[in-house]
Amino acid sequence: MAEVQFSEKVYKQIEELKTRYPEGKQKGALIPALHIVQEESNGWLDVPVMDHVAELLDILPIEVYEVASFYTMFNLKPVGKYVLEVCRTGPCMVCGSDKIINHIKKKLNIVEGETTADGLFTLKPSECLGACGYAPMMLLGKSYREFLTVEKVDEILEELKNQA
Amino acid sequence: MAETRLLLKHIDVPGIRTYDVYRAHDGYKAVEKALNMTADEILEEVKISGLRGRGGAGFPTGLKWSFLARPEGVPRYLVVNADESEPGTFKDRYLMEYIPHILIEGIIISCLSLGSNTSYIYIRGEYVWVAEILEKAIAEAKANGWLGKDIKGSGFDLEIYVQKGAGAYICGEETALLESIEGKRGNPRIKPPFPAVKGLWGCPTVVNNVESIASVAPIITMGGAEYAKIGVGRSTGTKLISACGNLRKPGVYEIDMTQTVEEFIYSDEFCGGIANGKRMKACIPGGSSVPMLPANLMLQTADGKPRYMNYESLSEGGFETGSMMGSGGFIVLDEDQDIVYHTLTISRFYRHESCGQCSPCREGTHWMEKILQRMVDGHGTMKDIDLLWNVQGNIEGNTICPLGDAAAWPVASVIRHFRDEFEWRILNGVEGLGKTFGLAHYADPIAIKNEEA
Repeated sequence: MAEVQFSEKVYKQIEELKTRYPEGKQKGALIPALHIVQEESNGWLDVPVMDHVAELLDILPIEVYEVASFYTMFNLKPVGKYVLEVCRTGPCMVCGSDKIINHIKKKLNIVEGETTADGLFTLKPSECLGACGYAPMMLLGKSYREFLTVEKVDEILEELKNQA
Repeated sequence: MAETRLLLKHIDVPGIRTYDVYRAHDGYKAVEKALNMTADEILEEVKISGLRGRGGAGFPTGLKWSFLARPEGVPRYLVVNADESEPGTFKDRYLMEYIPHILIEGIIISCLSLGSNTSYIYIRGEYVWVAEILEKAIAEAKANGWLGKDIKGSGFDLEIYVQKGAGAYICGEETALLESIEGKRGNPRIKPPFPAVKGLWGCPTVVNNVESIASVAPIITMGGAEYAKIGVGRSTGTKLISACGNLRKPGVYEIDMTQTVEEFIYSDEFCGGIANGKRMKACIPGGSSVPMLPANLMLQTADGKPRYMNYESLSEGGFETGSMMGSGGFIVLDEDQDIVYHTLTISRFYRHESCGQCSPCREGTHWMEKILQRMVDGHGTMKDIDLLWNVQGNIEGNTICPLGDAAAWPVASVIRHFRDEFEWRILNGVEGLGKTFGLAHYADPIAIKNEEA
C-alpha cells in the first residue's frame, strides 16, 4: 500500500495518459505523470511520491528515480512556493541577465539554488529557455516573464508576496 | 526586400490561433488536397520542393522520409521535434503559439504519406502554455473531423499526442528524444540502426522539426515545384529566423534566403540594426553551437563577397572563415560584449546539458567551463588558450551524438577568431576585470550607417 495518495483528478489524468501509448508501453507516461504529480506535491518529488508513480505505471521505483534525477524540471529537494528560474545563457547574458540575477540575490538575500527563510522564493539560475528574443527573462511557474528590468522584477516579487 | 510569408502568412489575422479563423483563411485546404493524393505523390512533392530539415542539420526531408522502413503489420510513427532548446532559437515556439493549426495540417499530410496512424509532438517542458495551445488545437481539429477515425471518409485514422519533456537540451537529439518519449533518461542511442528502421519502441519512425513539418502544408498547397522556386540554389522555400541579442528589433522573421546578412541585420524590414546605437562585434548565425564569426566575416566572405542568409553562403569558407545556418537562431553581440565571458556561458550550457554517456563530452565540457571560468576570474594563463583548444579538439567527433561537436565548435571558433581578446584578458588578469576589449580590427565595417539612424 502506498505511503502517499494523490487527488482523484491526478489518478484520472494518469489513467488518461496511459491510453496514449501502445499496449505495454505505459512507461511513456512517466515524464508527463511526474509533471502532474510534482505540481500537486509542493513543487518537488519526494521518494514516496516517486514510488507511488512507479506503482501506478507498473514499473520499478528505480526507473522513476533515474528519470527524475536526469531532467532539470524535476526537483528532488523542497523548493520555495515560487521558483524564479532566470535564464543566464549567452543571448540572455548579452541582454543583461546578470543584472537581474544579482538584483534578485541582493533583494531576497539568497544565492543561486537557495530558498528564502520564509519559504516563498527559490532562485534557480537556468540555461536557455527559448525566449532569447525577449531577453532577459525568467520562467515563473507555468509562464514566462520577459523583457525583464530591475523595476519589473520588483513588481513581480511584490505581486507574488501579496498573493502568497 | 520584405519577408516572404508562407508559414506566417496569416500571422497578423486576429484569432488565427483558433480553428474557425484558421479554416476561414484557407486552413486545412492542403489536407483536403492531400486526401486525394497517394502516399507516393505526397512524398514526391516534398522531394521536389527541396525542403531541408529546419532543426539544424539541413538534411533533405523527402529523402529522410524515403528511408522509412515499411514492414508488414508494424506501426510507423511520426515524431515532431518541438524540443527547441538551442540557445538563440525560439522560432518553433512562435509558430506553435500563434498558428498551431499549420503544424497539425503538416502532421496530417506527413502521416498520410508515411502511413503513420500515431504522431507525437515532443515539446520542451517549459513551454507549458504552448503545449496547452496545441492540445486545444488538436481537440478542435478532432471535433471537426480532421483527426481520429476515418478522417473525412478516407479510411485513414490518425491521433496526435502532445508529449512534454522536462528540461533537457539533449532530448532535441532525435534518438534521445525517442528514449524520452519511452519514459527514459535522454541518452542518445548509437546509430545505426537509424530511427527510420528502429525508432520509437523499435518501430520505424520519422523525427522532424516543427518548422519542417509545418512547411509541408504550403508545399502541398502550392506544389513542390513552385515552392522550390522560392529561395536560391539548394536553399529552397522560406526559413524562420529567430533573431536575438543586441538588436533593435529582435524577433522571428520568415525569409526567402535571398537577403544579405547586412540587409537582414540593418534594414528596418528586419532587425533594424544594432540596439542603442552600438556597433556589431560578432554574430552566431545558427544557434549557439555553430561557429561565432567576427562582424567583418559575418557580413562578407573571406574573398570580400557579400554573405547571404542561406545554407550555402553562411557556410562558405568552412569553419575557417564561415559558419552555418543551423537552426536559424541568429545571435548578435555588440561592441561592449566580452567574448570570453560569453563563451563561458555557452560552455556552461553544454556542460549542464551533456547527458554524461561519453567521456570526452562529459569530462571535456567540465574542463572547458573550468578553464573559461578561470579566465573570466582573471586567473587564466597563456597556456590555458592552448589547453582549451586541445580539449575542444578531443571532444569533436568522439561522441555518440552531436552534442560533443556542438560544445566544441563555438569554443574552437572563438579561439580562431578572437584569440587576441583571450590574450588581452589573460595579460590584464584581475586588473582587467570589468573592462572590455572592444571592437578591434574585426569591427563591423559598415556600422556607421546605423549610427546615423
